[in-house]
Amino acid sequence: MKPMLELHNVSHVYVNDKGASLAVEGLELTVGRGEFVSLVGPSGCGKTTVLSLLAGLFPPARGEILLAGQPVRGPSTKVGYMLQQDYLFPWRTILDNARMGLEVRGAITSERTAEVRRLLEEMELGGTEERYPHELSGGMRQRVALVRTLATEPEVLLLDEPFSALDMQIKLQLEDLVQRTLRRLGKTAVLVTHDLAEAAAMSDRVIVLGSRPGHIRQIFDIPREIQKRLPTGSRRHPGFQDVFDAIWEELVASEEGADAHDKPTPD
Amino acid sequence: MTSRPQTKTSQQQQDDLDEAQAGWLRELHAGYRRRARRRTIAVHAVQLALLALFLAWWEAAGRWGWIDVLLFSYPSRIADQLWSTLLDGTLPPHIGVTVTETIVGFLLGTIGGALLAALLWWFPFVSRVADPYLVVLNSMPKVALGPIFIVSLGPGFLSIVATTLSITVIITTLVIYNRFREVDPHYIKVLQLFGATRGQVFRLTVLPDSYPVIISTLKVNVGLAWIGVIVGEFLVAKAGLGYLIIYGFQVFNFTLVLSSLIVIAVVAALMYQAVALVERRLMAGWKER
Repeated sequence: MKPMLELHNVSHVYVNDKGASLAVEGLELTVGRGEFVSLVGPSGCGKTTVLSLLAGLFPPARGEILLAGQPVRGPSTKVGYMLQQDYLFPWRTILDNARMGLEVRGAITSERTAEVRRLLEEMELGGTEERYPHELSGGMRQRVALVRTLATEPEVLLLDEPFSALDMQIKLQLEDLVQRTLRRLGKTAVLVTHDLAEAAAMSDRVIVLGSRPGHIRQIFDIPREIQKRLPTGSRRHPGFQDVFDAIWEELVASEEGADAHDKPTPD
Repeated sequence: MTSRPQTKTSQQQQDDLDEAQAGWLRELHAGYRRRARRRTIAVHAVQLALLALFLAWWEAAGRWGWIDVLLFSYPSRIADQLWSTLLDGTLPPHIGVTVTETIVGFLLGTIGGALLAALLWWFPFVSRVADPYLVVLNSMPKVALGPIFIVSLGPGFLSIVATTLSITVIITTLVIYNRFREVDPHYIKVLQLFGATRGQVFRLTVLPDSYPVIISTLKVNVGLAWIGVIVGEFLVAKAGLGYLIIYGFQVFNFTLVLSSLIVIAVVAALMYQAVALVERRLMAGWKER
């Protein structure tokens, strides 16, 4: 079967008044259908750039990105994106927020609406359809954002630190919920996070990026028995700490490398 | 149930406690409401007293010659003037003319400003080109353009509306355009990720997000439209409240000047209230974030 996502020798450059800077260089990566992959790395390693490229927000300066074998040209219905915060529109009801993607695509039908209501129900948001975002807690709002992303039935989910703004307990619950939902629907996911434990607990593979310019340093395969548990279960697995430590060491090495690189030479 | 002994069950005791608690809370709320109402009544009473005191002092000062009646008139003479000109039908046309000019200027200024702001947002290139011109136009005292309007549009309705527009349109454009640009880019990103067009981004987030600012420019524009109309009438008009003020000044009839001022104050306040009503209507569905 064709891989869901492919990056071939992808480099990206940001150009502004100050000059052109290389954000990521020579990325080579494939993500299989139904796989859950995390990107971790020091700040400035281009994690969010990679997600934006995958989402088709802008084309790479060089290289090729394939989605289910087709080159990515602009945002696609096959890709859903969750941001760090919920960014629900305050003047719209929860239902209208959840249907935003459908509305943009001119695809609101009574069947789709029923499906959105069902998803809300599933996320324990039943009864909030006619309420407004400010009436909901942070965790509930992020669940609405998840429904909004799932409503357009994407095959790939790009998760840009979607749990980072939440309290610990809410975050753990939401990690389980997202994992369960994605597995049940057989979705492919790419998660960007600065939380190593989250990356290790949720993913099938963790990719550690180095910075300046962003590049892949190492790819960790998470052991099957940890993979198949839900995130809260993974965290309790006896082998979890070893996995965490291995990724941690790689990340520290990558940050030291960046520091050494940055250090001005004394003369 | 009926066979139970007369002592209260724990459930009943709990109910009594709840009832006492609820009664206590109701009491506190009622007390709060009473105090709030007393305060409101006191505010209104003082407002009325101040007005009555001022009018009484003015009337007395006028009748007993403490002030120059020719210059400052006094309330009963102004009331007479208003009453008789209302009855003989000489005042209403002036009010009609001025109110028409104000409403036309207000609507054109607000709508024109909003459309220009949308244009600037839609075409960033146009916005950059227009920027220095807008800055100069905005910092310029627009009423100074009056003579140019008069020679190009003729001394009349058009010049007055043009004066009003020149005052309202630029500031409206700048305020609304700046708000458009302040829209959180993350919301725009959410829509772009769904493949939204520029038109959809504008309709689904930029415009509704700027709604409160657009509404508040309505209120500001009521005031600005009045300035434009009265100045315009000072310059050219043969009818209208601004014309009455200038005319009264020229023939030294300050009772006419002051009565016109009072009509302006009343009509402007009514228009402001109308806009406030529209605002409440439009904002009814808006929920604070």
